[in-house]
Amino acid sequence: MGMAQSSHWIEPHPHGIYIKPADAWIDPSRAVSRALVTHGHADHARGGHGKVWATPETLAIMNLRYGTNVGQPVSYGEGIELGGVKISYHSAGHVLGSAQILMEYQGERVVATGDYKRRADPTCASFEVIPCDIFITEATFGLPVFKHPSTDIEIQKLLSAKEAHPGRCILVGAYALGKAQRVIGELRAAGYHEPIYLHGALEKMCELYGELGVDLGDIQPVMETEKEVMRGQIILAPPSALNDRWSRRLPDPVTAMASGWMRVRQRARQRNVELPIIMSDHADWDELTQTIKDVSPTETWVTHGREDALVHWCALNQIKAKALELVGREEEDD
Amino acid sequence: MQDFSNLLDRLIYTRSRNDKLGLISAYLKEAPDPDRGWVLAALTGELDFPTVKASAVRNMAMERVDETLFRLSRDFVGDTAETVALIWPEQIDKSAVGIPTVGEIVDELASVSRSDAPILLANFMDRMGSNERYALLKLATGGMRVGVSARLAKTAFAKTYDMPVEDIEEVWHALQPPYSELFAWGEGKADRPDLTGFPFFRPFMLAHPLEDRLIDLTDYAAEWKWDGIRIQIVGTGQETRLFSRGGDDITRSFPDVAEAFTAVGVLDGELLVRGEYQGGEAASFNALQQRLGRKKVSAKMQIEYPAFVRLYDILFDGETDLREQSWIDRRRTLERFVPKLNAERFDISTILEARDFEHLGEIRDGARDAAIEGVMLKRKDSPYISGRKTGLWYKWKRDPLVVDCVMMYAQRGSGKRSSFYSDYTFGCWTEDGELYPVGKAYSGFTDEELKMLDRFVRQNTLNRFGPVREVEKTMVLEVAFDSVHESKRHKSGLAMRFPRISRIRTDKPAEEADRVETLKKMIS
Repeated sequence: MGMAQSSHWIEPHPHGIYIKPADAWIDPSRAVSRALVTHGHADHARGGHGKVWATPETLAIMNLRYGTNVGQPVSYGEGIELGGVKISYHSAGHVLGSAQILMEYQGERVVATGDYKRRADPTCASFEVIPCDIFITEATFGLPVFKHPSTDIEIQKLLSAKEAHPGRCILVGAYALGKAQRVIGELRAAGYHEPIYLHGALEKMCELYGELGVDLGDIQPVMETEKEVMRGQIILAPPSALNDRWSRRLPDPVTAMASGWMRVRQRARQRNVELPIIMSDHADWDELTQTIKDVSPTETWVTHGREDALVHWCALNQIKAKALELVGREEEDD
Repeated sequence: MQDFSNLLDRLIYTRSRNDKLGLISAYLKEAPDPDRGWVLAALTGELDFPTVKASAVRNMAMERVDETLFRLSRDFVGDTAETVALIWPEQIDKSAVGIPTVGEIVDELASVSRSDAPILLANFMDRMGSNERYALLKLATGGMRVGVSARLAKTAFAKTYDMPVEDIEEVWHALQPPYSELFAWGEGKADRPDLTGFPFFRPFMLAHPLEDRLIDLTDYAAEWKWDGIRIQIVGTGQETRLFSRGGDDITRSFPDVAEAFTAVGVLDGELLVRGEYQGGEAASFNALQQRLGRKKVSAKMQIEYPAFVRLYDILFDGETDLREQSWIDRRRTLERFVPKLNAERFDISTILEARDFEHLGEIRDGARDAAIEGVMLKRKDSPYISGRKTGLWYKWKRDPLVVDCVMMYAQRGSGKRSSFYSDYTFGCWTEDGELYPVGKAYSGFTDEELKMLDRFVRQNTLNRFGPVREVEKTMVLEVAFDSVHESKRHKSGLAMRFPRISRIRTDKPAEEADRVETLKKMIS
């Protein structure tokens, strides 16, 4: 492996990471001619690029969201070459199709994680540890207060609330891509097979997951369901709909939200959440630091999130690190 | 301890007052003694561990966590106790020793020395999960911040045992945590705690606003409504205590008054400060404000703002309970009682002589004294009851229009107030017990009062929405305004013209602020 100093071929900019010899950007926040996209969330995958390299699942998600079909599919483990840079995609465990991008040039290996998590997720492939020289990691939950509890405990919280309130419904706020399907998948894995009702904004993405081979069981649109039928049932909606006029059609909802941010009480209160479900598609503090140890790079670059704390931790552990200040990342997107 | 931490957690996420009452009530029913008594003390703010301070919590955290990581986390979380609870490195074998009970924790915290406090806390922390750690730190350092006032906690107790909350308030000050006699009484296992010889609080009789009613003065007596603090004086001969409207013991703020009262009895009156420019008459509420909320009052303060009480009523003459008697009989007793008191500190509220109701209106409007708020009308045959009952007592306030509102949100001002939270959004209660914002004001207070309000906002923030802070709904602001109109800007459907803060009612419980309905009736 080469020296970290020779990484002049890769440049962090506020609106993305530029790979000079390939003339391509990783997750650029504005339209470019050549983009390498890690996953389908809007703050990573934008519309309007000339050419996009991404996993087939990510391209399908982008196609659903932007209706553009300019993609070059790259499956996990497959390699391409752009301007002499060997590029391959490896699962990141964040959402369906999410990938880390490994780039090799003049003997040096750089991995950009995009977003990732280390825990099992029934709706996507697990994170793969890729040894490298420069590790570009996310830090969404990069503070030691963030320790996501076990998923089983959180799913049990949902199921107990359902038991405790047979006359109400449990309305769970979950982001449309990834979190919503994961909550459904985890419920199914816990042996829950009753219908789960969906806000309109979640329907298409759940259908796409189904088409891509992720079985979500019996899912029904809220729009076509009688209010009485939903009493005692679990309903999923995007977080923006929780306190919205829309929720008035539901039978006396218990408002829940599935997000890593729910770990902080005041955050949950701000959202008027009665039942916080701490479930994240990002690595928590222990997983971020463990991943850096596992990958064992010569240098770590920290992006979007609470970079300061993770960079400080690296310094305490004699790991060379720096913070990249990328713009346009939405911290709430979990 | 797990039951207590679950209770706290659920209270944090519960908005409805009734649901909060239900949660507390369920806990009090299920939990064992003395745990539930300590928890009741924690919720009513009666628990204090002098050797355990916020600095002990910080120092304990610094032993286990890197300082920079702690600071960055604290900045993000916004609450020291929660940060420490979340960041604490989890011990693998914590189940080996077991989680201590609330009772065990309280016993140890009460007897620990200042230097051992961080070690004791750390020892507890190692035996707990993050929710219990949070509950432990809140218990140890006070200030639950779960949206439960002392009054709400007492109401929950009353509800648990199907008793009027006034009965609880009466005995409250005579009892000490963990309140075993109180629980025994509630459960019917013991008689009402014996309060003989103890100077305890009796619930006040209150008045309805008169609004458009016409009153026949043959049935009612009229007197000035003084603009001070309504207080109750309770003297046993050995000891005298002063209580505010909410049943808070304010004796320490007014030692000059308490020491001057050596008689035996219970009296109702208005606490005022003598103004030097009014020939020794009562000064405005602002002057009184100087003495409110101070735990210790300097001799200088007592000389500059001498307090006295204008007596309205007598509840007990010696040991004799007069509350069943008519107002007119009690008034006669009061007239015989007052001359025995120190005239510097106590006088009697005069009865206004008016030919008829219209004449009374002229007297009211002609009052120029800054310490007069309006007129009180009391039915001559009314007993002294707790709370308010239609037809017995009325308050007839002077213009401008005023309502008592509860502060809901605050925002920083600009210019010379740029660093202060000086713009307040306040609300009134709906029929369903919800607060609806009715207006916003940023004037009317002195610089001293602004400092006090700013401190209140900082210490009682619930939420931050950009520059706006949502605060605990406990601060009552009397808002004066020229008129009120219908408007779509506020959820309440009302908008005030020229609202300003006319008084800060730290003496008034939030539940007693005005209703949206009352404000609606003032629409011009």
